[in-house]
Amino acid sequence: MRDEATFRVKAGLAEMLKGGVIMDVVTAEQAKIAEDAGAAAVMALERVPADIRREGGVARMSDPTVIEAIKEAVSIPVMAKARIGHFMEARVLEALEVDYVDESEVLTPADEANHIDKWRFKVPFVCGATNLGEALRRIGEGAAMIRSKGEAGTGDIVEAVRHIRLITSELRRLQGAEESELPSAAKELRAPLELVREVAERGRLPVVLFCAGGIATPADAALMMALGAEGIFVGSGIFKSEDPPARARAIVEATTHWQDAARVAAASRGIGQPMSGLEAAKLAEGELLAGRGW
Amino acid sequence: MAGSGGRPVGVLAIQGGFEAHERMLEGLGATVREVRSRSDLDGICALVLPGGESTAIMHGVEREAMAEPLRERIAAGLPVLGSCAGLILLDRDHLGVMDIRAQRNAFGRQVRSFEADIKLRGFAGPPMRAVFIRAPWIAEHGVNVEVLAEIDGHVVAARQGEMLAVAFHSELAGDARLHQWLLARAQ
Repeated sequence: MRDEATFRVKAGLAEMLKGGVIMDVVTAEQAKIAEDAGAAAVMALERVPADIRREGGVARMSDPTVIEAIKEAVSIPVMAKARIGHFMEARVLEALEVDYVDESEVLTPADEANHIDKWRFKVPFVCGATNLGEALRRIGEGAAMIRSKGEAGTGDIVEAVRHIRLITSELRRLQGAEESELPSAAKELRAPLELVREVAERGRLPVVLFCAGGIATPADAALMMALGAEGIFVGSGIFKSEDPPARARAIVEATTHWQDAARVAAASRGIGQPMSGLEAAKLAEGELLAGRGW
Repeated sequence: MAGSGGRPVGVLAIQGGFEAHERMLEGLGATVREVRSRSDLDGICALVLPGGESTAIMHGVEREAMAEPLRERIAAGLPVLGSCAGLILLDRDHLGVMDIRAQRNAFGRQVRSFEADIKLRGFAGPPMRAVFIRAPWIAEHGVNVEVLAEIDGHVVAARQGEMLAVAFHSELAGDARLHQWLLARAQ
């Protein structure tokens, strides 16, 4: 008797990605470079976030041709993004047998009130969060992996740091709370009480927590690991840099050896210029992606 | 018990699901050491090769120049538990220490991943809850390899001397029997 698509099976793949780097790629060739550099998975996209920002327009799910070419090129898991609330894009991605769907704020949201009901899918979902309540709401909807959002396509780490620090400090606060305080904490977090109780008891999310949005250097990746991330998403940071294969290898190495600054230093040498980046604090309100989703 | 208070059990922590194995071993009273570079192998009494992405883990093993010391120690009888990607690492095409050929992602992509109860020869008690995630199977094996479990005719657990290789994750279902086996054989 085989039980498919149980929550344990969905969350289990994220468990296997831990300590690894998931890289945004737009072509099969980039996917191969990522795999050869030691990526734990790739995110198949039409445009990296930095280009979505620059070019504007509506950002949608990738062309299936691109996703299929990437699936052909590598043996590591292939993820792809669907717009927030666009359950039909997610259905298409499931039919294409991608390994994880990212319901992502980097794409233009399709539904202003509802996220995808992720329980209705066999394919697992990863979702972004800026705080603990948002993470628990996504898990309540069936997400099997969470990534802190950061501010995608900027190469500026400040929002990623803000989000992971907020999530981990809220986790600590819940862990210290008394049982009688949990219903009001759940109300404050706008999160299901059952999940709030589980988190209070364990002191950690019930799913794997990665970090995303603005990681551009090996030291950035090590910083996020030190702040409590269990792995790293790198979007524009690799293929918008001067030497993508070298930078990809270096970020992988720094993610494994984040506790050893000498190794992070060694990994940071001779890898060319990082992406130039945009200062997140100087972006206009309407240009921020992290506010999408609720 | 071996591995408790004395020499640590190494868990390869280059990338992958190493923490779940650490929790199982610590639950059994063992001292655990994460193995991220060559020197971490010194003095360990047993080793877990966890699940994860085998290409990413193998990339790290080569970067750390860890393949040769791993081969030497395993050939010298260091007890090893390899799970999923760890099974792949042990096979002929990777570390080459176990006389098996793993077929990667043999059960298919993530939407085909599953869990099931399986009976492992030589392990007493109820069936083991086994979680198969983009799992491999053992496509070929030599005569010195003892097959412990099959699913639909495909070998998913096997033993050769001090090496135990499984295609699944029992650590995700909280079953400690494989880790007990490892600790019982720890040097």
